[in-house]
Amino acid sequence: MEETVIQIDQVTVRFNMASERIDNLKEYFVKLLKRQLMFQEFLALKNISFQVKKGESWGIIGTNGSGKSTLLKLICGILKPYKGSVAIHGTIAPLIELGAGFDSELTAKENIYLNGAVLGHSRKYMQKFFNEIVDFAELWEFLDMPIKNYSSGMAARLGFSIATVVRPEILIVDEVLSVGDYAFQKKCERRMKEMLEEGTTLLYVSHSIDSVKDLCNHVLWLDKGSSRMIGDAVQVCDAYMLEQDKRE
Amino acid sequence: MELIKRRIMVCYQYRSLFQELVIKDIKLKYRRSFLGYFWSILNPLLTMLVLVIVFSNMFRFDIENFPVYLIIGQTLFAAMNEATTMAIWSITGNASLIKKVYVPKYIFTMSRVSSSLINFLFSLVAMILVFLWCRVTLNWCFLWIPVVIFQVYLFSLGLGLFLAQAAVFFRDIQYIYSVILTAWMYLTPIFYPIAQLPLWLQKGIAAYNPMYFYITQFRCVVMEQAMPDGRLIGVGFFAAILALLLGLWSFERTQDKFILYI
Repeated sequence: MEETVIQIDQVTVRFNMASERIDNLKEYFVKLLKRQLMFQEFLALKNISFQVKKGESWGIIGTNGSGKSTLLKLICGILKPYKGSVAIHGTIAPLIELGAGFDSELTAKENIYLNGAVLGHSRKYMQKFFNEIVDFAELWEFLDMPIKNYSSGMAARLGFSIATVVRPEILIVDEVLSVGDYAFQKKCERRMKEMLEEGTTLLYVSHSIDSVKDLCNHVLWLDKGSSRMIGDAVQVCDAYMLEQDKRE
Repeated sequence: MELIKRRIMVCYQYRSLFQELVIKDIKLKYRRSFLGYFWSILNPLLTMLVLVIVFSNMFRFDIENFPVYLIIGQTLFAAMNEATTMAIWSITGNASLIKKVYVPKYIFTMSRVSSSLINFLFSLVAMILVFLWCRVTLNWCFLWIPVVIFQVYLFSLGLGLFLAQAAVFFRDIQYIYSVILTAWMYLTPIFYPIAQLPLWLQKGIAAYNPMYFYITQFRCVVMEQAMPDGRLIGVGFFAAILALLLGLWSFERTQDKFILYI
């Protein structure tokens, strides 16, 4: 149980926050000649370090724009750190936005294979889990319908079902469950708990402090890109709530 | 060395994504169209028909078996055109996915170029129909055709990778490239014989236009029933590999910055 699966060392992420973004050659040359090419630095994460051991469940909390999603993207490998290092051991299922890999023209059935492939699974592998996925999403009647005709809740069900059926070693969840109805949210939480019991490591971002307390045993509190407090879930959550109340 | 080994491992791991993306492109291209895949065959035939009518009546060139000459040049150039034009959008068009899940980004470009190649194989059927109609006799040299297609594929992939990464930073690349493509098409002997041009231009095209290398190889096999000249094959492969290396190098250098611009 003491194996480290995510190791984040003094990571800084930098964005260019120039007032106008240059995305074509014409403007680039005009600005170059006028010497107006600016680089306005914005640090989305400042010097963050923490490590997650196998089987732990971490909540990440903070106000909007505090860098929670940036941190998750960093761990998924979508973003590269400007300074510092990120080391991951294990397969990741990112649920940053459910159904990100869906193609709206394809039917649900075709999308299951496509999305599986995006997560790195072969067609054969997905065939094995096909029934389980559709069962969990409860979408048997709509299998041959193009995804563009799905409601956002239905697409989210399918996305969650695909990402979790294959039992990843690390599950990353970013505020995705808010679209489903109450019964499905409960179903998802149940499945996440099941996975935790089986030894999956969880990283969970949510504004719902109650569900963070319920699911996670450690919490990282981000404030404007810096880590404000790391530690036991209940302690950090209470401190966070206290400050939020004060601000009002 | 270690890095290259790891890259190949990752590439292998994502082969099913590559497959799925190619299947998706092909399925979607003709979904909800009445004639379906038949279009891929019909389209080059119709275009060729128009060109044959135009160039056999309005502008006359002294070329034997003109329909064969024309369809080879036109389909090969169109294949490169389609592959690279589709590749420009391969990164920016998949922005929503690239922002949310980690996948090797070159897969999108590679699958686009590959699905264009498969479309090209359909139009090969159209080509064969024209060959039969014009009574071209088959011979062993025809086995060289897949090698020509392979060269075009490598070349288009390299150019496509370069364009795709450039388009992330400068969206107007597509307009510039479409102008370049038009000029390039006229500088490739597709519907005229190269001997028609002034000597300096002939030399320039024969030395620097990769599409000329590929089209000439193809024509040599079909029309002269002979293996292409060794030098031509050499420069053909050289241009293809050079383009691929340039594409890979530029893509590798900039790919970590894509996320900040898409």
